[in-house]
Amino acid sequence: MNLTLKIWRQKNANAKGAMETYQVENISPDSSFLEMLDILNDQLINEGKEPVAFDHDCREGICGMCSLQINGEPHGPGRGITTCQLHMRKFKDGDTIFIEPFRAKAFPVIKDLVVDRSAFDRIQHAGGYISVNTSGNTQDANGIPVEKHNADKAFDAATCIGCGACVAACKNASAMLFTSAKVSQFALLPQGRVEATDRVLNMVKQMDLEGFGNCTNTGACEIECPKGISLENIARMNREYLKASIK
Amino acid sequence: MSGIIKSSIARKVAMALSALFLLVFLLQHFIINFSSVCSEDTFNELSHFMGTNPFIQYLMQPILIFGVVFHFVMGFILEARNNSARSVKYVKYNGGANSSWMSRNMIFSGIVILAFLGLHFYDFWFPEIAHKYIHALPEDPGRYYGEMVVKFHDPIRVGLYCLAFVFLALHLLHGFSSAFQSVGFNNKYTPAVKKLGKAYAIIIPLGFIFIALFHYFNSL
Repeated sequence: MNLTLKIWRQKNANAKGAMETYQVENISPDSSFLEMLDILNDQLINEGKEPVAFDHDCREGICGMCSLQINGEPHGPGRGITTCQLHMRKFKDGDTIFIEPFRAKAFPVIKDLVVDRSAFDRIQHAGGYISVNTSGNTQDANGIPVEKHNADKAFDAATCIGCGACVAACKNASAMLFTSAKVSQFALLPQGRVEATDRVLNMVKQMDLEGFGNCTNTGACEIECPKGISLENIARMNREYLKASIK
Repeated sequence: MSGIIKSSIARKVAMALSALFLLVFLLQHFIINFSSVCSEDTFNELSHFMGTNPFIQYLMQPILIFGVVFHFVMGFILEARNNSARSVKYVKYNGGANSSWMSRNMIFSGIVILAFLGLHFYDFWFPEIAHKYIHALPEDPGRYYGEMVVKFHDPIRVGLYCLAFVFLALHLLHGFSSAFQSVGFNNKYTPAVKKLGKAYAIIIPLGFIFIALFHYFNSL
């Protein structure tokens, strides 16, 4: 496959970026999108040019590190996948592909396609945990009965890998799907109920402080989420928040 | 408490509650208007009741005005915040791949509805206030039907009304179920709520269009 790539290039956080055009040739349809970028970077290095900076780590769809807005969609045109799981067979020979960083005020660009997603870490630090006594007298988690339905829902919420696709997809750059998944995974379990009130208030407060937008229920986040996190979690977070607010 | 008032979720819930109130209001408005198609006397009776009942006039009407103003003001506040959350826009944004046009353009359909409300108030509400409180004219229970149908003799006005109702339908197609989601209602009944929302969003505006066209063609 021969492709034209239009890629956002930005030297550093303070520099003004712009889209630049590159050509790549003889790309196998079976290569992954990130492998295609590796080939482009080899080409750029051989030409003595600066390679394109992009985030990646496990390359098996579980770490949440790879990002990229590809042709106007986070993680590209596939569903239920991260960018590293996107293959070039999704594109046609001769295509022009737009590659941009995830855009949000709370996700500033560090370089090229790399953005700072530490806003998610700060939301998580604000309450995305349970306080467990680790003195050796901790109750065995398996000894606490959990309704199957709730256990399944909590597990579904816990599969969020914090990649930021929800923010990137949302027209408002809202982080409510991420935050609600983290709220839900604990709110549904007895171990998480103890700190449920403070958790939801603090996490939502931090989410707002980071400068994310409001959810307008477009559902784009749910569609683009590589782990299929449901909007049900946002409704649950809203209920949890209302309950916590009137306590 | 100020933290809660400023919170994104509290604002969304307040927005949704005002929307749910307006949905109920719109339904009763539609029922009364539709009575004008069936019977002049019934329309006059219902309008006279709504125009003179103290509970409606001095409690529900101020609540309604507050609800409408709040819904628009909060809509603009949320839109401004949402716009600022992505200061650098995408060069290529494929919103249609993952969300409906209606859900992404609530502000535009809302602005059209706001403009329509200006015309609607100019046509009906301001003359009503002037009749009652400025000119202090005596109440005539039979005046309402005539005052209403005369407005629908003008084809341009009828066209503007019909256009506004199309945008109202687009607004409601997303807004109805979105309001339920915002207040935390997402469960096994959600598919039914979505179907009800679609039915409401199509039937009510279509009904208003029918009423406007009915009175226009009746006047020819």
